[in-house]
Amino acid sequence: MRRASAILPPLAIVLALLGAWELAARWDVLADALDIQPFLIPAPSEVAEALWNDWDLLADDAWVTLQEVLAGFALSVGLGAGFAVLLHLSDALRRAFYPLLVASQTIPIIVVAPILVVWFGFGIGPKLAIIALICFFPITVNTLDGLRSVDPDAVKMMRTLDASRAQVLRRLEAPTALPYFFSGAKIAVAVAVIGAVFGEWAGSSEGLGHLMLNASAQLQTARLFAAVVILSVFAIALFGLLSLLERRIAWWGPRAAGPR
Amino acid sequence: MRTVGEAPEKEPLAIQGDDSPGDGGAEAAPGAAIELAGVGHVFGELEVIERLGLRVGEHEVLGLVGPSGCGKSTLLELIAGLRSPTRGSIRIDGESADAERLGRCAYLPQRDLLLPWLTAIDNASLALRNRGASRTHARAWAHPLFERFGLAGFEGARPHELSGGMRQRVAFLRTLLAGKPVLLLDEPFAALDAITRTEMQEWLATALAGEPRTAVLVSHDVEEALYLCDRVVVLSARPAAALAELSAPAPRALPRPEVVTDSTFVATRERALWAMREGTR
Repeated sequence: MRRASAILPPLAIVLALLGAWELAARWDVLADALDIQPFLIPAPSEVAEALWNDWDLLADDAWVTLQEVLAGFALSVGLGAGFAVLLHLSDALRRAFYPLLVASQTIPIIVVAPILVVWFGFGIGPKLAIIALICFFPITVNTLDGLRSVDPDAVKMMRTLDASRAQVLRRLEAPTALPYFFSGAKIAVAVAVIGAVFGEWAGSSEGLGHLMLNASAQLQTARLFAAVVILSVFAIALFGLLSLLERRIAWWGPRAAGPR
Repeated sequence: MRTVGEAPEKEPLAIQGDDSPGDGGAEAAPGAAIELAGVGHVFGELEVIERLGLRVGEHEVLGLVGPSGCGKSTLLELIAGLRSPTRGSIRIDGESADAERLGRCAYLPQRDLLLPWLTAIDNASLALRNRGASRTHARAWAHPLFERFGLAGFEGARPHELSGGMRQRVAFLRTLLAGKPVLLLDEPFAALDAITRTEMQEWLATALAGEPRTAVLVSHDVEEALYLCDRVVVLSARPAAALAELSAPAPRALPRPEVVTDSTFVATRERALWAMREGTR
């Protein structure tokens, strides 16, 4: 029951918006009044039709993009968590690298993407690089915050219990940071999809981004929108999957070991 | 809930077992003497402890009482080897290096600091795990203690499922299972309500009688210190210095109400309070 009441309001709004859109695009009087051209803004039903009719085409490209997203995200998780642990263990490294990490986020990805394509070619390489560049940051920052949020008294307690530095990290700091890591990973997975499309726009021979460029050139707007729908579904599904994992693995939530 | 590994029934006192996992260090708690000579500590400009000399004998329980913020917790951290004193020396068993002290002390903080992602028994056996015992072995070792200390049946409970008193008991077991000769107790019951606190004081008195250790108990509660300790040192407000020394009037084994209403006990308590008031001025 609670689940239904949580899903119902957003579902109702989405349906209402889709209905309004359908009406505006399909009903000639309204379409004329709003100056809506069918080839610019297809009705939702046309998008659904494109999804159905072009499914084989879309599915092939979607699979390519999904692979890029998953591999790029996995790479970001490894890099992001690794960086966080490294910067946590060494004050000198943190002071040296933290500003650089922040600076890396000010680089406009759209500008860098073509350069990466020149370097790595049309394959999966530049896509992974772009996804990693966008995604490692929220993971690193959140995980580092989590590692540093550990109660200093708990560290003292662990030390009197004969814990080595590595054991403090493994038994105390890492579990404390886990919920923070998940917060970062959830932000990252949503933008990973965007990163993949950027990468494909910069240069590719397959993937949903590539398909969108072609569809756009041929004014196949319905197909373009169908690709967008698939990308959104990817992002939402991956986000949901991570939330589920978080509830299973890191059920104690952030700051659970803190003062009570 | 996961089941606890088969506990060795032949071994009622787990921490005195011979088949110690890891590198041992959990012998029958031989007890160690603590000696502080001319100890002073400064945080930046702030003088926290001023020239303090103390001696705690083997298996003696020493109480340290003083007003809030007088540096009692810092003193425990100094003894435990978590900090080095600015002046003077602290020796446990004649050893003065920080690492040597750290290896001999177990620390029970005011807040239980149980790790929420571990079950009660895994929290209690953290020290065993840190010394390299397998999870099964560590649980088997901790299991009999859960029964002895009134926690039977709660081995698999998560900290948030336990009451304040039970959490503090698990924290005490965690300290005990570290197998160290010295116990440092930093206001262990300050966070509990009055009823639970007196219950826990009785419980700790029994526990210490059954597991004699050299212990230092820090408290701002004079009655608690006099009830639990052999000897109580009254500290002044910051910078902490010893104001008075009182020996506990009654043996700890008696039931608590009899001890704390005894006329000698009451007189000693008043003397301690008076010393504290004078020192705070």
